[in-house]
Amino acid sequence: MTQDLLVYVVFIAYAVGMLMTFGTVLTWVERKQAAVMSDRIGANRAYVRIPFTQIKLVWWGLFHGIADGIKMLMKEDFKPRTYDSLGYALAPWVVFSPVLLVFAVIPFGGMLDPGRLFPSLAEWFGGRTYPMQIAQLDAGLLIVFAFSGLTIIGAMLAGWSSDNKFSLLGGLRAGSQMISYELVMGLTVLGLILIFGSIDLGAMVRQQSGIVLGFLPAWGVVYQPFAAVLFLTAAIAENKRIPFDLPEAESELIAGYYTEYSAMKMGLFMFAEFIEIAIVGALFTTLFLGGYNLPYMNDAGFTLPGGITIAMSHGAVVLTQIVAFLVKVMLVCSFQILVRWSLPRFRYDQVLKFAWKFMLPLALVNLCVTAVLVWSHQGAAL
Amino acid sequence: MKTPYKRKQYWNEPTLSLWERAYLPEILRGLGITSIVFLRNMTRWISGKKGALTTYYPEETRFDYAPLNRGKHVLTQRPDGKPQCIACNMCATVCPAKVIEIEAGFDPSDVAHPKYPIRFEIDYSRCVFCGLCVEACPEDAIRMAKETPGLPAEDRWQMWLTLEEMLSWKPQGDVAKPYPAAGAKKIGGAE
Repeated sequence: MTQDLLVYVVFIAYAVGMLMTFGTVLTWVERKQAAVMSDRIGANRAYVRIPFTQIKLVWWGLFHGIADGIKMLMKEDFKPRTYDSLGYALAPWVVFSPVLLVFAVIPFGGMLDPGRLFPSLAEWFGGRTYPMQIAQLDAGLLIVFAFSGLTIIGAMLAGWSSDNKFSLLGGLRAGSQMISYELVMGLTVLGLILIFGSIDLGAMVRQQSGIVLGFLPAWGVVYQPFAAVLFLTAAIAENKRIPFDLPEAESELIAGYYTEYSAMKMGLFMFAEFIEIAIVGALFTTLFLGGYNLPYMNDAGFTLPGGITIAMSHGAVVLTQIVAFLVKVMLVCSFQILVRWSLPRFRYDQVLKFAWKFMLPLALVNLCVTAVLVWSHQGAAL
Repeated sequence: MKTPYKRKQYWNEPTLSLWERAYLPEILRGLGITSIVFLRNMTRWISGKKGALTTYYPEETRFDYAPLNRGKHVLTQRPDGKPQCIACNMCATVCPAKVIEIEAGFDPSDVAHPKYPIRFEIDYSRCVFCGLCVEACPEDAIRMAKETPGLPAEDRWQMWLTLEEMLSWKPQGDVAKPYPAAGAKKIGGAE
Protein backbone atom coordinates (compact mmCIF):
# COMPACT_ATOMS: atom_id res chain seq x y z
CA MET A 1 0.00 0.00 0.00
CA THR A 2 2.72 2.42 1.04
CA GLN A 3 4.69 1.29 -1.98
CA ASP A 4 1.81 2.14 -4.30
CA LEU A 5 1.44 5.52 -2.66
CA LEU A 6 5.13 6.27 -3.06
CA VAL A 7 5.19 5.25 -6.73
CA TYR A 8 2.10 7.26 -7.60
CA VAL A 9 3.33 10.32 -5.75
CA VAL A 10 6.49 10.09 -7.81
CA PHE A 11 4.40 9.70 -10.99
CA ILE A 12 2.24 12.70 -10.15
CA ALA A 13 5.26 14.82 -9.28
CA TYR A 14 6.86 13.81 -12.56
CA ALA A 15 3.72 14.59 -14.58
CA VAL A 16 3.12 17.98 -12.98
CA GLY A 17 6.78 18.88 -13.20
CA MET A 18 6.92 17.82 -16.82
CA LEU A 19 3.84 19.83 -17.76
CA MET A 20 5.06 22.94 -15.95
CA THR A 21 8.45 22.61 -17.59
CA PHE A 22 6.81 22.20 -20.97
CA GLY A 23 4.64 25.22 -20.28
CA THR A 24 7.60 27.48 -19.53
CA VAL A 25 9.99 26.03 -22.07
CA LEU A 26 7.41 26.16 -24.86
CA THR A 27 7.07 29.92 -24.48
CA TRP A 28 10.77 30.11 -25.21
CA VAL A 29 10.64 27.48 -27.96
CA GLU A 30 7.80 29.34 -29.63
CA ARG A 31 9.74 32.59 -29.69
CA LYS A 32 12.98 31.03 -30.78
CA GLN A 33 11.43 28.84 -33.47
CA ALA A 34 9.46 31.76 -34.85
CA ALA A 35 12.64 33.80 -34.91
CA VAL A 36 14.67 31.14 -36.68
CA MET A 37 11.86 30.59 -39.18
CA SER A 38 11.92 34.27 -40.09
CA ASP A 39 15.70 34.87 -40.16
CA ARG A 40 15.73 36.57 -36.78
CA ILE A 41 17.59 35.82 -33.56
CA GLY A 42 14.78 35.84 -31.05
CA ALA A 43 14.85 36.31 -27.31
CA ASN A 44 18.48 36.65 -26.28
CA ARG A 45 18.83 39.29 -23.57
CA ALA A 46 17.44 38.07 -20.24
CA TYR A 47 20.11 36.60 -18.01
CA VAL A 48 20.63 35.21 -14.55
CA ARG A 49 23.65 36.61 -12.76
CA ILE A 50 25.33 34.21 -10.38
CA PRO A 51 25.29 36.02 -7.01
CA PHE A 52 28.50 37.79 -5.96
CA THR A 53 30.02 37.33 -9.39
CA GLN A 54 29.77 39.08 -12.71
CA ILE A 55 29.03 35.81 -14.53
CA LYS A 56 25.84 36.25 -16.48
CA LEU A 57 24.08 33.16 -17.77
CA VAL A 58 22.21 34.01 -20.93
CA TRP A 59 21.73 30.49 -22.31
CA TRP A 60 20.17 31.59 -25.59
CA GLY A 61 17.53 33.62 -23.80
CA LEU A 62 16.12 30.66 -21.91
CA PHE A 63 15.39 32.85 -18.91
CA HIS A 64 12.92 35.06 -20.77
CA GLY A 65 10.15 32.75 -19.62
CA ILE A 66 11.12 33.32 -16.00
CA ALA A 67 11.34 37.05 -16.61
CA ASP A 68 7.83 36.94 -18.08
CA GLY A 69 6.52 35.01 -15.11
CA ILE A 70 8.04 37.45 -12.61
CA LYS A 71 6.69 40.37 -14.61
CA MET A 72 3.18 38.91 -14.54
CA LEU A 73 3.36 38.25 -10.81
CA MET A 74 4.49 41.81 -10.08
CA LYS A 75 1.93 43.57 -12.26
CA GLU A 76 -1.13 45.29 -10.97
CA ASP A 77 -4.05 42.90 -10.79
CA PHE A 78 -6.64 45.13 -12.37
CA LYS A 79 -10.23 44.08 -11.75
CA PRO A 80 -13.14 45.38 -13.79
CA ARG A 81 -16.24 46.49 -11.92
CA THR A 82 -18.28 43.43 -12.83
CA TYR A 83 -21.39 42.01 -11.23
CA ASP A 84 -19.98 38.49 -11.42
CA SER A 85 -16.71 38.81 -9.56
CA LEU A 86 -16.80 35.17 -8.44
CA GLY A 87 -17.02 33.90 -12.00
CA TYR A 88 -14.35 36.38 -13.00
CA ALA A 89 -11.97 35.07 -10.34
CA LEU A 90 -12.85 31.45 -11.05
CA ALA A 91 -12.53 31.40 -14.84
CA PRO A 92 -8.71 31.21 -15.16
CA TRP A 93 -8.67 28.24 -12.81
CA VAL A 94 -11.50 26.52 -14.66
CA VAL A 95 -9.38 26.83 -17.79
CA PHE A 96 -6.12 25.91 -16.14
CA SER A 97 -6.80 22.95 -13.87
CA PRO A 98 -8.56 20.55 -16.30
CA VAL A 99 -5.62 20.95 -18.64
CA LEU A 100 -3.35 19.53 -15.96
CA LEU A 101 -5.79 16.74 -15.09
CA VAL A 102 -5.93 15.39 -18.66
CA PHE A 103 -2.41 14.10 -18.29
CA ALA A 104 -3.49 11.69 -15.54
CA VAL A 105 -4.64 9.09 -18.05
CA ILE A 106 -1.82 9.44 -20.56
CA PRO A 107 0.87 6.76 -20.26
CA PHE A 108 4.33 8.28 -20.37
CA GLY A 109 6.33 5.07 -20.16
CA GLY A 110 6.08 1.29 -20.19
CA MET A 111 6.00 -1.10 -17.27
CA LEU A 112 8.02 0.03 -14.27
CA ASP A 113 9.44 -2.59 -11.91
CA PRO A 114 10.87 -0.64 -8.96
CA GLY A 115 12.32 -3.83 -7.47
CA ARG A 116 14.56 -4.33 -10.47
CA LEU A 117 15.39 -0.65 -10.67
CA PHE A 118 16.53 -0.46 -7.03
CA PRO A 119 17.64 -3.97 -5.97
CA SER A 120 17.95 -2.85 -2.34
CA LEU A 121 14.22 -2.12 -2.29
CA ALA A 122 13.24 -5.32 -4.15
CA GLU A 123 12.04 -7.05 -0.99
CA TRP A 124 9.90 -4.13 0.08
CA PHE A 125 8.21 -3.86 -3.32
CA GLY A 126 7.74 -7.62 -3.49
CA GLY A 127 7.73 -7.91 -7.29
CA ARG A 128 5.00 -5.36 -7.90
CA THR A 129 5.05 -3.65 -11.26
CA TYR A 130 3.44 -0.38 -12.26
CA PRO A 131 2.57 0.89 -15.72
CA MET A 132 3.87 4.44 -15.97
CA GLN A 133 0.51 6.15 -16.04
CA ILE A 134 -1.09 7.97 -13.14
CA ALA A 135 -4.58 6.51 -13.50
CA GLN A 136 -5.17 3.27 -15.41
CA LEU A 137 -8.79 4.05 -16.09
CA ASP A 138 -10.88 2.02 -18.50
CA ALA A 139 -12.51 5.28 -19.54
CA GLY A 140 -9.23 6.94 -20.46
CA LEU A 141 -10.27 8.72 -23.64
CA LEU A 142 -13.59 9.74 -22.14
CA ILE A 143 -11.73 11.42 -19.29
CA VAL A 144 -9.65 13.31 -21.84
CA PHE A 145 -12.72 14.60 -23.62
CA ALA A 146 -14.55 15.34 -20.40
CA PHE A 147 -11.74 17.50 -19.04
CA SER A 148 -10.97 19.26 -22.28
CA GLY A 149 -14.69 19.99 -22.46
CA LEU A 150 -14.43 21.78 -19.14
CA THR A 151 -12.06 24.36 -20.56
CA ILE A 152 -14.90 25.53 -22.83
CA ILE A 153 -16.84 26.45 -19.70
CA GLY A 154 -13.84 28.38 -18.41
CA ALA A 155 -13.47 30.35 -21.63
CA MET A 156 -17.17 31.17 -21.78
CA LEU A 157 -17.25 32.05 -18.08
CA ALA A 158 -14.35 34.43 -18.58
CA GLY A 159 -16.07 36.03 -21.54
CA TRP A 160 -19.35 36.43 -19.70
CA SER A 161 -18.13 37.58 -16.31
CA SER A 162 -15.71 40.19 -17.65
CA ASP A 163 -18.63 42.47 -18.48
CA ASN A 164 -17.02 43.62 -21.70
CA LYS A 165 -18.34 43.42 -25.24
CA PHE A 166 -15.11 42.14 -26.68
CA SER A 167 -14.84 39.51 -23.96
CA LEU A 168 -18.41 38.42 -24.55
CA LEU A 169 -17.83 38.10 -28.29
CA GLY A 170 -14.64 36.18 -27.63
CA GLY A 171 -16.41 33.88 -25.20
CA LEU A 172 -19.18 33.22 -27.74
CA ARG A 173 -16.68 32.45 -30.44
CA ALA A 174 -14.65 30.23 -28.13
CA GLY A 175 -17.74 28.29 -27.13
CA SER A 176 -19.06 27.64 -30.62
CA GLN A 177 -15.64 26.90 -32.08
CA MET A 178 -14.50 24.55 -29.35
CA ILE A 179 -17.75 22.62 -29.29
CA SER A 180 -17.65 22.20 -33.08
CA TYR A 181 -14.10 20.96 -33.13
CA GLU A 182 -14.54 18.70 -30.14
CA LEU A 183 -17.10 16.80 -32.19
CA VAL A 184 -14.59 16.34 -35.00
CA MET A 185 -11.94 15.30 -32.51
CA GLY A 186 -14.19 12.67 -31.01
CA LEU A 187 -15.18 11.28 -34.41
CA THR A 188 -11.58 10.97 -35.58
CA VAL A 189 -10.65 9.04 -32.47
CA LEU A 190 -13.61 6.65 -32.92
CA GLY A 191 -11.77 4.95 -35.78
CA LEU A 192 -8.87 4.17 -33.47
CA ILE A 193 -11.22 2.85 -30.84
CA LEU A 194 -12.68 0.47 -33.43
CA ILE A 195 -9.22 -0.77 -34.36
CA PHE A 196 -7.75 -1.13 -30.89
CA GLY A 197 -11.00 -2.19 -29.27
CA SER A 198 -10.35 -0.16 -26.14
CA ILE A 199 -10.51 3.36 -24.84
CA ASP A 200 -7.92 2.80 -22.16
CA LEU A 201 -4.95 4.81 -23.39
CA GLY A 202 -2.47 2.41 -21.79
CA ALA A 203 -3.99 -0.56 -23.64
CA MET A 204 -4.03 1.44 -26.87
CA VAL A 205 -0.34 2.23 -26.58
CA ARG A 206 0.55 -1.36 -25.73
CA GLN A 207 -1.15 -2.47 -28.97
CA GLN A 208 1.02 -0.05 -30.95
CA SER A 209 4.29 -1.74 -30.00
CA GLY A 210 4.52 -4.27 -32.84
CA ILE A 211 5.37 -4.10 -36.52
CA VAL A 212 2.89 -4.20 -39.40
CA LEU A 213 3.55 -5.14 -43.03
CA GLY A 214 7.03 -6.23 -42.03
CA PHE A 215 8.64 -2.84 -41.66
CA LEU A 216 6.19 -0.20 -40.47
CA PRO A 217 5.78 0.40 -36.75
CA ALA A 218 2.24 -0.47 -35.68
CA TRP A 219 1.46 3.11 -34.77
CA GLY A 220 -1.95 4.68 -35.02
CA VAL A 221 -0.79 6.97 -37.79
CA VAL A 222 -0.15 3.91 -39.98
CA TYR A 223 -3.64 2.54 -39.39
CA GLN A 224 -5.37 5.92 -39.53
CA PRO A 225 -3.27 8.46 -41.44
CA PHE A 226 -6.33 10.43 -42.41
CA ALA A 227 -7.64 10.59 -38.88
CA ALA A 228 -4.22 11.73 -37.65
CA VAL A 229 -4.33 14.83 -39.86
CA LEU A 230 -7.92 15.58 -38.90
CA PHE A 231 -7.23 15.01 -35.22
CA LEU A 232 -4.24 17.33 -35.17
CA THR A 233 -6.16 20.04 -37.03
CA ALA A 234 -9.11 19.74 -34.69
CA ALA A 235 -6.82 19.71 -31.67
CA ILE A 236 -5.11 22.92 -32.77
CA ALA A 237 -8.53 24.48 -33.30
CA GLU A 238 -9.62 23.21 -29.91
CA ASN A 239 -6.58 24.87 -28.39
CA LYS A 240 -7.50 28.13 -30.18
CA ARG A 241 -4.12 28.56 -31.81
CA ILE A 242 -3.39 30.71 -34.74
CA PRO A 243 -5.07 29.52 -37.85
CA PHE A 244 -8.10 29.16 -35.56
CA ASP A 245 -7.45 31.82 -32.92
CA LEU A 246 -10.70 33.63 -33.57
CA PRO A 247 -11.74 33.80 -29.89
CA GLU A 248 -8.72 35.99 -29.19
CA ALA A 249 -8.15 37.61 -32.57
CA GLU A 250 -6.15 40.68 -31.65
CA SER A 251 -7.14 42.79 -34.63
CA GLU A 252 -10.84 42.30 -33.98
CA LEU A 253 -11.33 41.54 -30.29
CA ILE A 254 -8.25 42.95 -28.50
CA ALA A 255 -7.57 39.75 -26.59
CA GLY A 256 -10.96 38.05 -26.82
CA TYR A 257 -12.35 36.49 -23.70
CA TYR A 258 -9.38 37.51 -21.55
CA THR A 259 -9.34 41.16 -22.49
CA GLU A 260 -10.22 42.19 -18.94
CA TYR A 261 -7.68 39.93 -17.28
CA SER A 262 -4.34 41.21 -16.15
CA ALA A 263 -1.29 40.08 -14.22
CA MET A 264 -1.13 36.41 -13.29
CA LYS A 265 -4.78 35.73 -14.15
CA MET A 266 -3.97 36.53 -17.73
CA GLY A 267 -0.75 34.57 -17.24
CA LEU A 268 -2.79 31.54 -16.24
CA PHE A 269 -4.70 31.68 -19.53
CA MET A 270 -1.44 31.89 -21.45
CA PHE A 271 0.14 29.16 -19.35
CA ALA A 272 -2.90 26.93 -19.85
CA GLU A 273 -2.61 27.46 -23.60
CA PHE A 274 1.03 26.45 -23.61
CA ILE A 275 0.43 23.42 -21.41
CA GLU A 276 -2.39 22.47 -23.72
CA ILE A 277 0.07 22.46 -26.60
CA ALA A 278 2.03 19.87 -24.66
CA ILE A 279 -1.19 17.97 -23.86
CA VAL A 280 -2.18 17.93 -27.52
CA GLY A 281 1.31 16.71 -28.31
CA ALA A 282 1.06 13.99 -25.67
CA LEU A 283 -2.39 12.91 -26.87
CA PHE A 284 -1.30 12.82 -30.50
CA THR A 285 1.81 10.85 -29.51
CA THR A 286 -0.24 8.42 -27.46
CA LEU A 287 -2.95 7.86 -30.04
CA PHE A 288 -1.06 8.07 -33.32
CA LEU A 289 2.68 7.91 -32.71
CA GLY A 290 2.86 4.83 -30.53
CA GLY A 291 3.34 6.63 -27.23
CA TYR A 292 6.59 5.59 -25.59
CA ASN A 293 7.20 2.79 -28.13
CA LEU A 294 10.12 2.86 -30.49
CA PRO A 295 10.19 0.59 -33.54
CA TYR A 296 11.69 -2.83 -32.84
CA MET A 297 11.77 -2.12 -29.13
CA ASN A 298 10.26 -4.25 -26.39
CA ASP A 299 10.64 -4.54 -22.64
CA ALA A 300 13.92 -6.46 -22.93
CA GLY A 301 15.65 -4.21 -25.45
CA PHE A 302 15.76 -3.89 -29.22
CA THR A 303 15.02 -6.77 -31.58
CA LEU A 304 16.22 -5.71 -35.00
CA PRO A 305 14.82 -7.35 -38.16
CA GLY A 306 17.97 -9.35 -38.90
CA GLY A 307 17.42 -11.36 -35.74
CA ILE A 308 19.89 -9.22 -33.84
CA THR A 309 18.89 -8.46 -30.30
CA ILE A 310 20.32 -5.72 -28.15
CA ALA A 311 19.65 -6.49 -24.53
CA MET A 312 19.08 -3.53 -22.24
CA SER A 313 18.80 -3.34 -18.49
CA HIS A 314 15.44 -2.43 -17.01
CA GLY A 315 16.60 1.04 -16.04
CA ALA A 316 17.84 1.73 -19.58
CA VAL A 317 14.54 0.56 -21.05
CA VAL A 318 12.51 2.77 -18.71
CA LEU A 319 14.73 5.74 -19.46
CA THR A 320 14.57 5.15 -23.22
CA GLN A 321 10.79 4.93 -23.11
CA ILE A 322 10.43 8.13 -21.10
CA VAL A 323 12.85 9.98 -23.35
CA ALA A 324 11.19 8.60 -26.51
CA PHE A 325 7.83 9.87 -25.26
CA LEU A 326 9.22 13.31 -24.41
CA VAL A 327 11.00 13.64 -27.76
CA LYS A 328 7.86 12.71 -29.67
CA VAL A 329 5.79 15.17 -27.65
CA MET A 330 8.35 17.88 -28.29
CA LEU A 331 8.31 17.18 -32.03
CA VAL A 332 4.52 17.45 -32.18
CA CYS A 333 4.67 20.67 -30.16
CA SER A 334 7.26 22.00 -32.56
CA PHE A 335 4.99 21.12 -35.48
CA GLN A 336 2.15 23.03 -33.85
CA ILE A 337 4.39 26.05 -33.50
CA LEU A 338 5.39 25.68 -37.14
CA VAL A 339 1.71 25.75 -38.11
CA ARG A 340 1.10 28.76 -35.90
CA TRP A 341 3.82 30.80 -37.56
CA SER A 342 3.08 29.71 -41.14
CA LEU A 343 -0.63 29.95 -41.69
CA PRO A 344 -2.83 33.04 -41.72
CA ARG A 345 -5.94 33.27 -39.59
CA PHE A 346 -9.31 32.12 -40.92
CA ARG A 347 -12.34 34.32 -41.07
CA TYR A 348 -14.86 33.40 -38.41
CA ASP A 349 -17.49 31.96 -40.73
CA GLN A 350 -14.75 30.00 -42.47
CA VAL A 351 -13.71 28.40 -39.21
CA LEU A 352 -17.16 27.04 -38.48
CA LYS A 353 -17.75 26.13 -42.13
CA PHE A 354 -14.45 24.28 -42.09
CA ALA A 355 -15.53 22.32 -39.04
CA TRP A 356 -19.07 21.41 -40.08
CA LYS A 357 -18.88 21.21 -43.87
CA PHE A 358 -15.37 19.89 -44.38
CA MET A 359 -13.91 18.14 -41.36
CA LEU A 360 -17.06 16.56 -39.97
CA PRO A 361 -17.99 14.78 -43.25
CA LEU A 362 -14.40 13.69 -43.73
CA ALA A 363 -14.27 12.31 -40.20
CA LEU A 364 -17.55 10.47 -40.79
CA VAL A 365 -16.28 9.01 -44.07
CA ASN A 366 -13.09 7.96 -42.33
CA LEU A 367 -15.11 6.33 -39.59
CA CYS A 368 -17.33 4.45 -42.06
CA VAL A 369 -14.39 3.16 -44.10
CA THR A 370 -12.60 2.09 -40.92
CA ALA A 371 -15.70 0.33 -39.67
CA VAL A 372 -16.10 -1.57 -42.94
CA LEU A 373 -12.44 -2.56 -43.00
CA VAL A 374 -12.42 -3.65 -39.38
CA TRP A 375 -15.60 -5.64 -39.95
CA SER A 376 -14.20 -7.33 -43.04
CA HIS A 377 -11.00 -8.27 -41.18
CA GLN A 378 -12.51 -9.43 -37.94
CA GLY A 379 -15.72 -10.72 -39.45
CA ALA A 380 -13.67 -12.98 -41.70
CA ALA A 381 -11.84 -14.33 -38.69
CA LEU A 382 -14.99 -15.06 -36.75
CA MET B 1 -26.36 49.75 -81.75
CA LYS B 2 -24.90 51.50 -78.81
CA THR B 3 -22.99 49.20 -76.52
CA PRO B 4 -23.91 49.55 -72.87
CA TYR B 5 -21.33 51.20 -70.67
CA LYS B 6 -19.11 48.62 -69.10
CA ARG B 7 -17.42 49.63 -65.92
CA LYS B 8 -13.71 49.24 -66.05
CA GLN B 9 -12.31 46.90 -63.47
CA TYR B 10 -9.22 48.05 -61.70
CA TRP B 11 -8.60 44.86 -59.77
CA ASN B 12 -7.51 41.42 -60.76
CA GLU B 13 -9.97 38.61 -60.66
CA PRO B 14 -8.88 35.96 -58.23
CA THR B 15 -7.21 33.35 -60.34
CA LEU B 16 -6.95 30.36 -58.08
CA SER B 17 -6.69 27.08 -59.86
CA LEU B 18 -8.57 24.05 -58.67
CA TRP B 19 -5.37 22.76 -57.08
CA GLU B 20 -4.95 25.95 -55.11
CA ARG B 21 -8.57 25.98 -54.07
CA ALA B 22 -8.19 22.47 -52.67
CA TYR B 23 -6.42 24.30 -49.84
CA LEU B 24 -4.59 21.40 -48.27
CA PRO B 25 -1.77 21.02 -50.85
CA GLU B 26 -1.05 24.74 -50.72
CA ILE B 27 -1.06 24.66 -46.93
CA LEU B 28 1.43 21.81 -47.01
CA ARG B 29 3.56 23.77 -49.48
CA GLY B 30 3.57 26.78 -47.16
CA LEU B 31 4.52 24.63 -44.19
CA GLY B 32 7.27 23.12 -46.31
CA ILE B 33 8.69 26.54 -47.16
CA THR B 34 8.76 27.68 -43.54
CA SER B 35 10.21 24.42 -42.29
CA ILE B 36 12.92 24.49 -44.98
CA VAL B 37 13.87 28.00 -43.87
CA PHE B 38 13.84 26.81 -40.28
CA LEU B 39 16.07 23.84 -41.00
CA ARG B 40 18.46 25.94 -43.10
CA ASN B 41 18.86 28.56 -40.37
CA MET B 42 19.09 25.89 -37.70
CA THR B 43 21.93 24.08 -39.47
CA ARG B 44 23.71 27.41 -39.75
CA TRP B 45 23.32 28.09 -36.04
CA ILE B 46 24.44 24.58 -35.12
CA SER B 47 27.48 24.71 -37.39
CA GLY B 48 28.59 27.90 -35.66
CA LYS B 49 27.49 30.36 -38.31
CA LYS B 50 24.89 33.05 -37.85
CA GLY B 51 21.50 31.96 -39.11
CA ALA B 52 19.83 35.35 -38.94
CA LEU B 53 19.94 38.65 -40.74
CA THR B 54 19.74 40.60 -37.50
CA THR B 55 22.74 42.39 -36.05
CA TYR B 56 23.13 42.30 -32.28
CA TYR B 57 22.69 46.04 -32.10
CA PRO B 58 24.90 47.60 -29.45
CA GLU B 59 27.59 44.94 -29.77
CA GLU B 60 27.65 44.82 -33.56
CA THR B 61 27.29 47.63 -36.03
CA ARG B 62 26.02 47.11 -39.52
CA PHE B 63 28.51 47.16 -42.34
CA ASP B 64 26.70 50.10 -43.91
CA TYR B 65 26.79 52.12 -40.71
CA ALA B 66 27.36 55.74 -41.80
CA PRO B 67 31.01 56.69 -41.27
CA LEU B 68 29.97 60.28 -40.56
CA ASN B 69 27.32 59.29 -38.07
CA ARG B 70 26.88 61.89 -35.35
CA GLY B 71 27.18 59.73 -32.26
CA LYS B 72 28.59 60.40 -28.85
CA HIS B 73 30.41 63.62 -28.04
CA VAL B 74 34.16 63.62 -27.64
CA LEU B 75 36.27 66.44 -26.20
CA THR B 76 39.60 66.79 -27.94
CA GLN B 77 42.69 67.00 -25.80
CA ARG B 78 45.99 68.78 -25.75
CA PRO B 79 49.09 66.61 -25.55
CA ASP B 80 49.14 67.07 -21.79
CA GLY B 81 45.68 65.54 -21.56
CA LYS B 82 43.79 68.69 -20.69
CA PRO B 83 40.67 69.44 -22.71
CA GLN B 84 41.08 71.74 -25.67
CA CYS B 85 37.90 73.52 -24.62
CA ILE B 86 38.24 77.14 -23.58
CA ALA B 87 34.80 77.36 -22.01
CA CYS B 88 33.60 80.02 -24.44
CA ASN B 89 30.02 78.74 -24.18
CA MET B 90 29.46 78.96 -27.96
CA CYS B 91 28.26 75.37 -28.17
CA ALA B 92 25.94 75.90 -25.21
CA THR B 93 24.57 79.02 -26.90
CA VAL B 94 23.94 77.41 -30.27
CA CYS B 95 22.53 74.22 -28.88
CA PRO B 96 18.84 74.06 -29.92
CA ALA B 97 17.95 71.67 -27.12
CA LYS B 98 19.92 73.63 -24.53
CA VAL B 99 21.51 70.56 -23.09
CA ILE B 100 25.13 71.72 -22.66
CA GLU B 101 26.17 73.18 -19.34
CA ILE B 102 29.66 74.60 -18.91
CA GLU B 103 31.21 76.03 -15.79
CA ALA B 104 34.37 77.97 -16.61
CA GLY B 105 37.49 78.02 -14.47
CA PHE B 106 40.65 80.21 -14.48
CA ASP B 107 44.13 78.78 -14.62
CA PRO B 108 46.79 81.55 -14.60
CA SER B 109 49.59 79.03 -15.07
CA ASP B 110 48.46 78.20 -18.64
CA VAL B 111 49.13 81.51 -20.31
CA ALA B 112 47.84 80.56 -23.74
CA HIS B 113 44.50 79.24 -22.49
CA PRO B 114 43.76 80.52 -19.02
CA LYS B 115 40.05 79.74 -19.26
CA TYR B 116 39.10 76.06 -19.03
CA PRO B 117 35.95 74.08 -18.18
CA ILE B 118 35.56 72.83 -14.63
CA ARG B 119 32.26 71.24 -15.49
CA PHE B 120 31.20 70.29 -19.03
CA GLU B 121 28.00 68.30 -19.04
CA ILE B 122 25.56 67.19 -21.69
CA ASP B 123 22.08 65.93 -20.91
CA TYR B 124 21.70 62.95 -23.24
CA SER B 125 18.06 62.53 -22.39
CA ARG B 126 17.37 65.71 -24.38
CA CYS B 127 20.24 65.91 -26.90
CA VAL B 128 19.00 65.83 -30.50
CA PHE B 129 22.40 64.95 -32.03
CA CYS B 130 22.20 67.82 -34.52
CA GLY B 131 25.93 68.48 -34.44
CA LEU B 132 25.61 72.25 -34.18
CA CYS B 133 27.94 72.31 -31.16
CA VAL B 134 30.65 70.79 -33.34
CA GLU B 135 30.00 73.41 -36.03
CA ALA B 136 30.05 76.27 -33.54
CA CYS B 137 33.23 75.36 -31.69
CA PRO B 138 36.03 77.79 -32.60
CA GLU B 139 38.71 75.60 -31.04
CA ASP B 140 37.71 72.23 -32.58
CA ALA B 141 37.35 71.10 -28.98
CA ILE B 142 34.16 69.08 -29.36
CA ARG B 143 33.55 66.42 -31.94
CA MET B 144 31.11 63.64 -32.44
CA ALA B 145 32.35 60.09 -32.74
CA LYS B 146 30.75 57.52 -35.03
CA GLU B 147 29.80 55.26 -32.15
CA THR B 148 26.42 55.69 -30.54
CA PRO B 149 26.32 56.50 -26.84
CA GLY B 150 25.11 53.94 -24.35
CA LEU B 151 21.88 55.77 -23.74
CA PRO B 152 19.69 53.44 -21.67
CA ALA B 153 19.85 54.25 -17.98
CA GLU B 154 17.83 53.67 -14.85
CA ASP B 155 16.67 57.27 -14.61
CA ARG B 156 17.21 60.56 -16.41
CA TRP B 157 19.84 61.82 -13.94
CA GLN B 158 22.12 59.04 -15.02
CA MET B 159 21.92 60.25 -18.59
CA TRP B 160 24.04 63.30 -17.90
CA LEU B 161 27.39 63.02 -19.58
CA THR B 162 30.31 64.38 -17.59
CA LEU B 163 33.62 65.90 -18.58
CA GLU B 164 35.59 62.83 -17.51
CA GLU B 165 33.47 60.57 -19.68
CA MET B 166 33.81 62.77 -22.72
CA LEU B 167 37.55 62.82 -22.23
CA SER B 168 37.83 59.11 -21.60
CA TRP B 169 35.83 58.16 -24.68
CA LYS B 170 38.73 59.19 -26.81
CA PRO B 171 39.45 57.32 -29.93
CA GLN B 172 42.97 58.53 -29.15
CA GLY B 173 44.26 58.92 -32.69
CA ASP B 174 41.41 61.23 -33.57
CA VAL B 175 41.37 63.36 -30.49
CA ALA B 176 45.01 64.03 -29.62
CA LYS B 177 46.16 67.11 -31.47
CA PRO B 178 49.64 68.49 -31.86
CA TYR B 179 50.13 71.38 -29.50
CA PRO B 180 51.16 74.50 -31.37
CA ALA B 181 54.78 75.38 -30.75
CA ALA B 182 55.39 78.11 -28.15
CA GLY B 183 56.59 80.72 -30.60
CA ALA B 184 54.18 79.92 -33.38
CA LYS B 185 53.07 83.07 -35.14
CA LYS B 186 50.70 81.76 -37.69
CA ILE B 187 47.44 80.68 -36.11
CA GLY B 188 45.07 79.13 -38.60
CA GLY B 189 46.84 80.86 -41.48
CA ALA B 190 48.18 79.38 -44.65
CA GLU B 191 51.68 77.96 -44.65
